[in-house]
Amino acid sequence: MTKTVRIDHAKAAGAFLQKADHVAFHDKRLWDLRSKRDAQAHGIPEWEALRNLASGIKEHTLSNLADYIAQFADQAGKNGVVVHFAADAEEHNAIVYKLMSERGMTTLVKSKSMLTDECYMRDYLEPRGITVMETDLGERIQQLDHQDPSHMVVPAVHKLRADVAELFGKTIGTDPKNSDIHYLAESQRMNTRPYFVREKTAGMTGCNFAVAETGTVVVCTNEGNADLSANVPPLHIASIGIEKLIPTIADLGVFVRMLSRSALGSPITQYTSHFRAPRPGTEMHFILVDNGRSERLALEDFWYSLKCIRCGACMNTCPVYRRSGGLSYGGTYSGPIGAIINPTYDLKRYSSLPFASTLNGSCTNVCPTKVNIHEQIYKWRAVIAERHEVPFVKQEVLKMAGRLLASPTLYRATVASLGGALKRLPNFVLYNPLNIWGRGRDLPEAPAETFHEWYKKNRKPAK
Amino acid sequence: MTTRDAFLAKIRAAQPAARPRPELPIFPSPEGDLQTRFIAALTTMGGTTAHAHSLAEVKEMIAARFGADAVVASAVPGLEGTRVLTPDTAPASLQDVDVGVVRGRFGVAETGSAWFSEDEYVVNSIGYLVQHLVVLLDPAQLVDGLQQVYRRPDFESARYAVLVTGPSATADIEGVLIRGAQGVRSLTVVWIQ
Amino acid sequence: MKVALFVPCFIDAFYPQIGIATLELLERLGLDVDYPQDQTCCGQPMANSGAHADAAGAERVFARNFADYDYVVGPSASCTHHVREHFTAIEQTSAVQKVRKSTYELVEFLHDVLEVRDFPWAEFPHRVGLHNSCSAVRHLRETSNSEVAGTPYSKPRALLERVKGIEFVSPARPDECCGFGGTFSVTEEAVSVRMGQDKVRDHIGAGAEYIVSGDMSCLMHQQGCAERMKLDAKFIHIAQVLNGARA
Repeated sequence: MTKTVRIDHAKAAGAFLQKADHVAFHDKRLWDLRSKRDAQAHGIPEWEALRNLASGIKEHTLSNLADYIAQFADQAGKNGVVVHFAADAEEHNAIVYKLMSERGMTTLVKSKSMLTDECYMRDYLEPRGITVMETDLGERIQQLDHQDPSHMVVPAVHKLRADVAELFGKTIGTDPKNSDIHYLAESQRMNTRPYFVREKTAGMTGCNFAVAETGTVVVCTNEGNADLSANVPPLHIASIGIEKLIPTIADLGVFVRMLSRSALGSPITQYTSHFRAPRPGTEMHFILVDNGRSERLALEDFWYSLKCIRCGACMNTCPVYRRSGGLSYGGTYSGPIGAIINPTYDLKRYSSLPFASTLNGSCTNVCPTKVNIHEQIYKWRAVIAERHEVPFVKQEVLKMAGRLLASPTLYRATVASLGGALKRLPNFVLYNPLNIWGRGRDLPEAPAETFHEWYKKNRKPAK
Repeated sequence: MTTRDAFLAKIRAAQPAARPRPELPIFPSPEGDLQTRFIAALTTMGGTTAHAHSLAEVKEMIAARFGADAVVASAVPGLEGTRVLTPDTAPASLQDVDVGVVRGRFGVAETGSAWFSEDEYVVNSIGYLVQHLVVLLDPAQLVDGLQQVYRRPDFESARYAVLVTGPSATADIEGVLIRGAQGVRSLTVVWIQ
Repeated sequence: MKVALFVPCFIDAFYPQIGIATLELLERLGLDVDYPQDQTCCGQPMANSGAHADAAGAERVFARNFADYDYVVGPSASCTHHVREHFTAIEQTSAVQKVRKSTYELVEFLHDVLEVRDFPWAEFPHRVGLHNSCSAVRHLRETSNSEVAGTPYSKPRALLERVKGIEFVSPARPDECCGFGGTFSVTEEAVSVRMGQDKVRDHIGAGAEYIVSGDMSCLMHQQGCAERMKLDAKFIHIAQVLNGARA
């Protein structure tokens, strides 16, 4: 049994902040995506109405999820699709392996799927002799670098061109000194392309929306790699998180309108693909995955996070995320949505994430499905405190502060002025906060007297 | 391995009290001629447009633009390419094709998208494996927006349906836009009845 | 109307002049303002760390001190937000609920309750970067925000607009968080400082001589960053400007 390692977001963020060029670019690039989102959202008069609809449709679906999944599976079955049910990551990975090995397939070409990252599917398949080719450029970069994606939509946004040049030089044989982006992208295209047309190859996609009415899986990409992965090999596997369900095709008129506008500030992705039935003579398999989602669905305060459609708008707007980079969150999901999802997987490991927030609320305002992210962050703090896992302070210190502030006489004695105020304020963090404050900022000057003392001297006391 | 019943039972036990389904209104459309809006949207996504009066004219345009020696695969009846396409054609065999020619069933003004199913593609990989795509589109088959698209019955019968909007693209490295990521490098919509 | 002054704990200790300016301003507007002297803190620091049980004592003291008032006015949007939205560690008696509903941030109180727009004694002939805290913008909705489309509005700006000589600059990211965030400023020090630096540079880059805000916590953080960077910017609370401070 390995001991849980607590992710130290602040430390990782501090390391990222040392890289001045990376941080400046990262912040600017993602703010640009936020600005583009604003332009789209503000250009559609019904945008807030669409948000309400998207939220309402998702809440309705999630509260009737079992029935919708049953309907989806029944329809898919009628369409000639084989549907599998995976309780957790291990089952998902085993199903993929079984499907491939039964058919003598040794290569898997796949498009982006956060779910498969969450299941650590590559770590399962590769030791068993399956070559996995991530065909999305950002995911491919991260695969070659043995790193999690740092952002749901632009997985390598934390890297600069020179990083990619060096990486590709080491792994796919490009010129490590040539950091021209067109050269790098073309190199990846040419390196990846042969895999789509290989023998003994299966194709895998994720799923943005699973439509119960027709048994359709909808996948949105810009690169066309999902359509290549699905339409060339004789086996198409789609990995589907159960929260992807929506009731009808008509509902896509809300969600598809919102996804790319929220993610990238473009009205639609280059490819919006709808898979309902296999090509004649080929196979289509859907794997529905739970992996902790039903546990989250049962959490009264936190099930709303299942409305997430993986647009990444919360990451783009989050001033903390933009300056800390997605890898500092230590998991598949990062940024604001990561802060409220990850603690359900491992509370202790991810206990610092809800504190990597100023509770400013911008994320909640941009979320297309109105996930109340900053409110859930606040509530997670209470859960973490109840389990005595607040990472930066001992429970006793918070108790002391609470007692001090509950007693007017104790408090006044502590805050007695004349040069002492600063040093004697409630010291409710583990280490001297003044040392930490003072690393990057000057301290405020200690005033001659408190307001309380001034009032006593200059005004008559209250009755 | 989990059974379907156990899988569903766990979800059923967990789900919150049922919330009602909101009604889906149809929002008013923006002003403007459908074709003009389509062209503007497609252009921002990197697609180009042209006009033709006949399939022969389209063939000439392709030769002029891509060279007389270009390998052309056509899914459009009446327009012959250099490669024969049937539903039995191996998808991977299109990997050396320079230009694919397809006809969109309809286009979408809101986004500049063209809609295809396996009927239009004949071989689905034609949309992605070829280097360049030429899309024939009848301007009379333009639909206002995605709200309207997703109320069409076409999705019920298509095994595979796709909204294609411009050539394939990525901006994964430093936000620099690359056309021709894994899919086609260029996409041209040719207006033709 | 019975009005009480709520002085947030860190203003009492570090920035008494803000409390004084708030009191004087309300008195200039003709109010007779009480200052319940047993007040300590609203409980936000404990609650925001998740320690709600430990916030109960402070919340009880707050509720007791402000029980008899029609309006409880304080110069802090984050404290006001805590009282109105998160003050739940103690039993929600009708008295407690009344205190919660009666608590106003200074700008809200001036704009919505007193409906005052003119401060004839005020003069502030400087270029001002108006910084509205995230609590003020998104939680108390004192201004519109850049994420959600709609008719732009700003209560603090409406109050400052007619101050003699005042000029407003336009930073590039007017409502991006400045990074104070309470204990965040210490537990995520590196990110917090970077956010503060970016905010200050944004205002100065837009031409601000002064950064003005209704939240002294944000200003304390930004001032700390600016001084360390040796940047030429001055910081002042909106209460001081409206009360007639010239600099």
